[in-house]
Amino acid sequence: MNHLVRRISEYLAGLIFGVGLIFGGMTNPSKVIGFLDFFGVWDPSLAFVMGGAVIISFLAFRGAKQREFSLFGRVIMLDDLKSIDLRLVLGSALFGIGWGLSGFCPGPAIASLGTGEWKVFLFVIALIIGSWVAGRLQLRTH
Amino acid sequence: MTIDWAHFTPLWSSLGGLLVGLAASIFILFHGRIMGVSGILGGLIRPLKGDIAWRIIFLSGLISAPIGAKVLGLMPAVEINASPIQLIIAGLLVGFGTNLGSGCTSGHGVCGIARLSPRSITATLTFMATGVMTVWVVHHSGFGG
Repeated sequence: MNHLVRRISEYLAGLIFGVGLIFGGMTNPSKVIGFLDFFGVWDPSLAFVMGGAVIISFLAFRGAKQREFSLFGRVIMLDDLKSIDLRLVLGSALFGIGWGLSGFCPGPAIASLGTGEWKVFLFVIALIIGSWVAGRLQLRTH
Repeated sequence: MTIDWAHFTPLWSSLGGLLVGLAASIFILFHGRIMGVSGILGGLIRPLKGDIAWRIIFLSGLISAPIGAKVLGLMPAVEINASPIQLIIAGLLVGFGTNLGSGCTSGHGVCGIARLSPRSITATLTFMATGVMTVWVVHHSGFGG
């Protein structure tokens, strides 16, 4: 029973996340590019998605930091890595280039598979290959 | 800088943000995990026994959202202006970069900033900066397609 409740809540978290991305405009790459278009005609909408999401999660993480176990009795996994290394900066820089080029980041891209658009599949297959290659090269610090 | 008032959707985007925050909160408070999509997917690319089902279930929920929205006739337009070649290059960069940098917009941009992680704040400023530069190069510099 508990197991089933846990599974349902994992599914619901994904669903709520997806609905949030749709409402927020993140599943439309053209809108994402509009947000990154600081030097053209700028659409600030996605700052509101990020702002809203950060405010709510800020409260949740404050609660989580004081606990060792989650409400389902799982260990709360929060690393406290502080090191800002080349991997972090170079990886994020490359990610940003791909994001700006396509208007897709991983969450909205995977959600958009549900639209059945073949171009989304093309992007996600390339994303999986890119991630696999980085994993193969064992470039991650942790 | 000119504001694109025609496409600006502060209310819907704020509502969407609150739902994204709610999902991230459920993840950390109930499951004890960070809702970072690149990491959740990464764990399926190199799977470990006993650490697979929750990832598939979460991603299924994520994919169901647009399926449901389409069935209800509520799915907004998905305008992909990038060419197939651009999408392949972008996908490779996003996959490689998020693996190398240990996170994407959800893990670093939402959860990481919410927990005030210096690493995530650095990552977010970095991918925002290169994203903005890339859009400028592609759409305004005269060098892009």
